[in-house]
Amino acid sequence: MIGGVGYGGLVIALVASLTAVITSIYGARTHSAAVLESARRAAKVTFPLLTISILALLYLLVSGHFEYSYVYQTTDLEMPFYLKLAALWGGQEGSLLFWCWLLAGFSFLVVIRRWKSEQDLLPWVIAVTSFTLLFFLILVVFFENPFLRYFITTDGEVTRALFQPMMTAQANPTNGAGLNPLLRHFGMVFHPPALYLGFTGFVIPFAYAVAALISGHTDDQWLKLTRRWSLAAWLFLSLGLVLGSRWAYDVLGWGGYWGWDPVEISALMPWLTGTAYLHSAVTQEKRGLFKHWTIALIILTFCLVIFGTFLTRSGLLSSVHAFSQSAIGPAFFVFIIIMFTGSLGLLLYRWSALRSGEQINSFFSRESAFLFNNLLFIAILLICLTGVLFPIFSELLTDRKVTVGPPFYESAAGPLFALLLLLMGIVPLTMWGVSTAKNLGRQLWRPALVALAAPLAALASGVQKWIALLAVWLVFFAVFATLWDTSRAVSLRASSHQESAWKAFVAQVRHYRRRYGGYLIHIGVSLMALGIIGIEFFQTTTQGMIAVNETLNLSGYTFTYQKLEVFDTTDGRNRALATVVISKGDLLLKTVHPGRDYYYASQQSVTLPGVRSTLADDLYVILVDWQPITSEGATLKIFRNPLINWLWIGSGILVLGTLVALWPAGERKKIMLPRGIDQ
Amino acid sequence: MKRILLLTTLLLFLIPLTPGFAQNETPVSDDEVNRLASELYCPVCENIPLEVCPTKACAQWRELIREKLALGWSDNEIKTYFAAQYGDQVLALPPRRGLNWAIYLLPPLFVAGGIIIVIRIMRKSKKPGFSQPLSVENPRRVTPEDYINLVEKDLKGSE
Amino acid sequence: MTQARNPKPGSANSEGKRFPLWMMLIGLLLAGLLAVLGLWLKQTRQEGLEVGTDIPDFGITTFSGEHYQISELAGRVILLNFWSSWCASCDEEGAILEEVWQEVKDSGDTIFLGVNYVDTEKDSIAFLEKYGITFPNGPDMGSRISRIFKVEAVPETYIIGRDGTLTAVKIGPFQSADEIRAILKLAD
Repeated sequence: MIGGVGYGGLVIALVASLTAVITSIYGARTHSAAVLESARRAAKVTFPLLTISILALLYLLVSGHFEYSYVYQTTDLEMPFYLKLAALWGGQEGSLLFWCWLLAGFSFLVVIRRWKSEQDLLPWVIAVTSFTLLFFLILVVFFENPFLRYFITTDGEVTRALFQPMMTAQANPTNGAGLNPLLRHFGMVFHPPALYLGFTGFVIPFAYAVAALISGHTDDQWLKLTRRWSLAAWLFLSLGLVLGSRWAYDVLGWGGYWGWDPVEISALMPWLTGTAYLHSAVTQEKRGLFKHWTIALIILTFCLVIFGTFLTRSGLLSSVHAFSQSAIGPAFFVFIIIMFTGSLGLLLYRWSALRSGEQINSFFSRESAFLFNNLLFIAILLICLTGVLFPIFSELLTDRKVTVGPPFYESAAGPLFALLLLLMGIVPLTMWGVSTAKNLGRQLWRPALVALAAPLAALASGVQKWIALLAVWLVFFAVFATLWDTSRAVSLRASSHQESAWKAFVAQVRHYRRRYGGYLIHIGVSLMALGIIGIEFFQTTTQGMIAVNETLNLSGYTFTYQKLEVFDTTDGRNRALATVVISKGDLLLKTVHPGRDYYYASQQSVTLPGVRSTLADDLYVILVDWQPITSEGATLKIFRNPLINWLWIGSGILVLGTLVALWPAGERKKIMLPRGIDQ
Repeated sequence: MKRILLLTTLLLFLIPLTPGFAQNETPVSDDEVNRLASELYCPVCENIPLEVCPTKACAQWRELIREKLALGWSDNEIKTYFAAQYGDQVLALPPRRGLNWAIYLLPPLFVAGGIIIVIRIMRKSKKPGFSQPLSVENPRRVTPEDYINLVEKDLKGSE
Repeated sequence: MTQARNPKPGSANSEGKRFPLWMMLIGLLLAGLLAVLGLWLKQTRQEGLEVGTDIPDFGITTFSGEHYQISELAGRVILLNFWSSWCASCDEEGAILEEVWQEVKDSGDTIFLGVNYVDTEKDSIAFLEKYGITFPNGPDMGSRISRIFKVEAVPETYIIGRDGTLTAVKIGPFQSADEIRAILKLAD
């Protein structure tokens, strides 16, 4: 019954979105207000309908209706409540339904506001968002239905259907299969939704861009209207990526945070173009340049979102992350063709209308730096695309399988990321319009010099790799240049307004939220880079089988295997928990408890690392169960990851910076002040 | 004839004295196996490094690495052996032959393309006699040069 | 879709500008990319080799050094069995395959070839000795033979008829010796 209600919501939402697409286009062409109003209503109603479907599915998941195949596959009786909720996006059907709900939610938010000011754009915005929603609803309703139930035929076979077929009995499993043990972690609660919010969030700026192209309003209007949307979507995408790496670090037990796995890269690619888009938008607003770049980048971002989702869900890629083989591949392919060719075709159609007459005037100006920025991100994107697509290409043409692994990405994209770090330091000190090498050099030499202290300190403490020293210098250069620029602005304001430094600082940030939010984000990114440098260049590891009271040594630390407890938990797991004491010389640092959970039902093991974290490094201990784990001999694997916690600290600062940039300013107030009054 | 027999017998006695390709006395450590395993991929499950793959098959392959290391094989020899046995997908980078050259040549091509784009855009903008409008965002950005330029412009205008 | 219902670009473009070369190039690359994806999608959706397909020629060298070439075995029925020592279900069929082999080997008409799928020599030979398997078994060098037959898991068995085409496929372990005999009969 509940399933029927949920399904009903889906079907009606599908009809509504189809209506919205048709009426919005018709209304836009005929300029009929009445038709447009019905388009608006149709778009609005999809959200409450899908909310009903989501609530229905959540109810089924939480109350253990295992006759529903989705509930059976993703939950079991012993799972904690929060995981049963998270099972909503634990499988293909549920996560697609979640996508639909998010898409509907975003169009709802757009449609209920801002109706009066952009009459020309909104019909097309509705058309694009509704078309996307329509596609995903078609996927859910016809291919990946979460409301199918199990029925048993007279032959004893189990089949799935929405409504009870003839000659079958309702199946009534008493327990489900449960979520894959690797997914039973807090990361499951936050990582997928954050990622999906980021992906679907980009549909709004994309829709506005397409609307601008169709309607011919190629000025900055669409850009200004979607500025906060884009930033918010970018925030969630960044958060999703960081949460994914933190989760991998916590759970996968290989002491790593990013594997250059094709599915990970599929999520990274829209982030790359999304970041470039945010920067390009700034240049368009400030100098009227890069209009082609900006629109091309947002179109590319959304196309990459769809492309990445296609790769992940169609079963084309096999990896830890991918969903299993599915019938939605061809449907996705058709959608991709429509979106790619449609949006790019539109861009070409309006190409000349986007010309601005502005130019870059100086190689050392800020516009120039933004151009380099765009090019670098596109280059990294192309490298990622090459790496992901080449194995496919190679298998088609030569019939041999190859793997393009981390060494490719590290050597090809690594230097480009380093150049981006360099730019992050240079840009705050550049000027719009005109600049010379001398000007720029005069701004740069101080932070560049001060930043040298960091690699020198590293050199003094024994670091020899010149790449690492260079990378460390770049990080500190970026941070100091940003802080330098901020402090100059603050001191100038403090002296001209007779304010204290603190008051001047707060006032500066409040007036230029975007800039200082951006600076804070850059500082966050630099700190993340520091964490990455630490673990990538200086990770040490060792593995060995030791008995109780024996030790392993790594990088000056001693790890003593103290004891082992093996027991069965109440929810179907066998847990082996070791106690390992970490010491340095005579000093006892910490006792950690690495463990291994073996799930009887799915016959899978999950490693539980024991970690000691400080700002300087992480000591990461895991129990390896390749050999049986006993007190006579347990295999311990230990990683020392220097500076890794700066990765998480930096991402926290990134989030903070984005919130500062997003914060609604008293901007309206600012505009209304007559000229001459000091701002 | 007798001499030949004597010589061969002598030589036969010498054989036990030749240095044999003896097995490594010290067992190969897990760390050495992992070092190599981290550069290889599971032949069956795609995109999973051999070092972390939990399956029984992967355990067998890690033991194979251990054996070969104990026999004194070099890293490269072991990797080539694995590729010959199971296919090129076990290597982290495609071997440099045929179509695979694309992977090695494309990234530098992209960078070169970027540089060309920059050069072209810079050339387009270096038009002679193009006056440079000063778009200054806020006062603190202005340097002494800009003021001098403004004054000179004003002076020129008033002539 | 909205864009498709718009007038096509070139025609409505009042300025009459032609598109620069690099745009054409990007367009072509995009089309190429889509074509590649489409082809790959089609390929991955094919479940496996279909009965009746011609089997291309390949060779296999056994653990004891003998070489068998498919083209040279024309006119005989070939039972090609993919297995691994690490695969639990392969244990089930090892013994019964050997049993049926003993029955058919003397006729010279049928040959069993075991293809060791992605395995280590030491463990494979141990497996063969455990079940006393005497029919030819060899490693699949470079996983090439598995790719011909689109092997996804083990065990899988393919019966190649006297005319060199695929006669029957068995995915998963044989449950009984009779099953093997039945599938061999199909090739007659």
